Amino acid sequence: MGLRVLAAMSGGVDSAVAAARIAEAGHDVTGVHLALSANPQSFRTGARGCCTIEDSRDARRAADVIGIPFYIWDMAERFQRDVVDDFVAEYAAGRTPNPCLRCNEKIKFSAVLDRALALGFDAVATGHHARLAGGVLSRSADEGKDQSYVLGVLTREQLGHAIFPLGDSTKAEVREEAARRGLTVADKPDSHDICFIADGDTRGFLADRLGAAEGPIVDQGGEVVGSHQGAHGFTVGQRKGLRIDRPAADGRPRYVLSIEPVSNTVTVGPRAALEVTSITCGRPVWNGPPEPRGELSVQLRAHGEVYGCSYEESADGLRVTLDRPAMGVAAGQAAVLYAGETVIGSATITASA
Amino acid sequence: MLPEAIEAMTEQLGLVGNASSLHAAGRRTRRVVEESRETIADALGARPSEVVFTSGGTEADNLAVKGLYWEREPRKRVLISAVEHHAALDPAHWLADSQGARVEPLEVDELGRVHPDTLRAAIARDPDDVALVSVMWANNEVGTVQPVSVLAAIAHDAGIPFHSDAVQAVGQLPVSFAGSGADALTVSGHKVGGPMGVGALLLARGRTPVPVMHGGGQERDVRSGTLDAPAIAGLAAAVRVAVRERQAHARRLTELRDDLVQRVREAVPDVVLNGDPADRLPGNAHFSFPGCEGDALLMLLDAKGVECSTGSACSAGVAQPSHVLLAMGAQASAARGSLRFSLGHTSTRADVDRLIEVLPAAVERARRAGLS
Repeated sequence: MGLRVLAAMSGGVDSAVAAARIAEAGHDVTGVHLALSANPQSFRTGARGCCTIEDSRDARRAADVIGIPFYIWDMAERFQRDVVDDFVAEYAAGRTPNPCLRCNEKIKFSAVLDRALALGFDAVATGHHARLAGGVLSRSADEGKDQSYVLGVLTREQLGHAIFPLGDSTKAEVREEAARRGLTVADKPDSHDICFIADGDTRGFLADRLGAAEGPIVDQGGEVVGSHQGAHGFTVGQRKGLRIDRPAADGRPRYVLSIEPVSNTVTVGPRAALEVTSITCGRPVWNGPPEPRGELSVQLRAHGEVYGCSYEESADGLRVTLDRPAMGVAAGQAAVLYAGETVIGSATITASA
Repeated sequence: MLPEAIEAMTEQLGLVGNASSLHAAGRRTRRVVEESRETIADALGARPSEVVFTSGGTEADNLAVKGLYWEREPRKRVLISAVEHHAALDPAHWLADSQGARVEPLEVDELGRVHPDTLRAAIARDPDDVALVSVMWANNEVGTVQPVSVLAAIAHDAGIPFHSDAVQAVGQLPVSFAGSGADALTVSGHKVGGPMGVGALLLARGRTPVPVMHGGGQERDVRSGTLDAPAIAGLAAAVRVAVRERQAHARRLTELRDDLVQRVREAVPDVVLNGDPADRLPGNAHFSFPGCEGDALLMLLDAKGVECSTGSACSAGVAQPSHVLLAMGAQASAARGSLRFSLGHTSTRADVDRLIEVLPAAVERARRAGLS
């Protein structure tokens, strides 16, 4: 007898193939679609948005083809509180959150996993592109689709109850397999952007919730060079949309260096000032193997560059030193540490220099 | 589907002919339709001319609620029980939202019954402005039977047309259109062992509801569309058999249901039986399981081969607390922790045994999982 597995099914091709694979492997699989919005839209528009009624139907259709029971779990309240409200609060505090990572940490492998375990399931399976073997997480076979970064925040306990059946496959292989299995979502476009901001306008979304508040844009010397309608509209490393009236003395483009929410001040400066090699983080989660092997590296944002590094742990957090400078490191993002291809731990970035 | 309904339907499927045509094939089809109409009228205490075929219960409810409202304009009040099926409730709310109607829900007691005094008082507030009254024959969720003929008489005393959705009642309770005094009565095919996608509105001869769908006016000029002769033949066969065998069927279901209720109570002592304990649909048992979420319990029981249902679901499939239970005064949490067990032709004592075998563990597990 196999495991009792709850397969989270978004209505996309990845989670459909993931569910099909574990069912085929002989496990007792139940499909669950997470309803994350209290007022879902009827239809998808391209790659944006998620959890539309159309998505839940696609998920149900896939479950029917696979031949597994299918249910919808209402996680809208938890999602609003732990992901959407958190997202807004983080921006209000001058940080740049990653909601996908938060959703994995707080919804899929917390609220959903807890409920699944209480109901007698052994594990939660998702269609994430990452390898998981013996509770150890590592990068996907598909470098371009690798999602180990947004899973790097999970604890050993959470990973111990997770199954990622797609880790050894490329996206192209997954689509081909979906077509072969008769899953109609085989050609569905990939999801991009933040699922709960259906029109992709993050700045507008934040402005609606945090309100507009005019504040100064200053250079590194503190001189006011422009104004903005709310510090939450900016992210560290941003160049476009600053609308600074006066050119810099050197005529070079300026970038957002830091955001100070209390004084509602955005500091800008030259590209060189964005370069950092020392990253300060909060308390780390260690989730790797007992004796990690391979070159130590760190990833600082989803699909971001990877930097060779070393680290020191102290009582109140982690300090990561990069081998070469990184640009535009934003507080609020996760620093995920790898030994070779294997995730060994993660921590939230609080500052950089 | 009942074998008799399958036979009657399949017999027609290979034949052509539009019941509205004048040629031989059309006449042959028309004969099938008219005989079906007579069969249904005979089984349900109506006259053949009072049978209006529709695509099912939902269409019949829409035709009754909207059609009678429009027929009775400029009257604005729609008195409808708070525990109606969405097929009747939603047309009423649509009338309020877009047609200027005033929908006044008729309250129910804790067993889900509309009291005659409730209706009397509601009418008395402004009798001349009431367009129609609609109260279902028996509730689809909790099984409670309404005092339909008493309510119809009260409406008639004030000259107001009365509609009743009897989808759940036909084949389970004695239903007579004439005896009930209703002006319009909804019947559905698949609930009596007939095909899906067909139903009827029994409509008193003097009533001329404004059509919901316009076209050829095939059915008394109140319902348009080419008649689905095979489905109608299947519906008639099902109604005939269901009504003929109703007493024996109801007796068997009542015994089985009472056994189920008693044993569920023994297995889960704090369970609450919803609805009228005595005057309810024979095949209906509806419970609240304190501390459980209905969805979780349903999933656990389904995994053990026991099929049941929670109340209503919205279009995204997310469970909503049942409007029926809320109207009966239940707390939202109790409403969410409710399940309906429906017994029918194929239900046996072995099914009840199986339920009792797996229920205690499922309830315990669902309780541990909590209300999410």
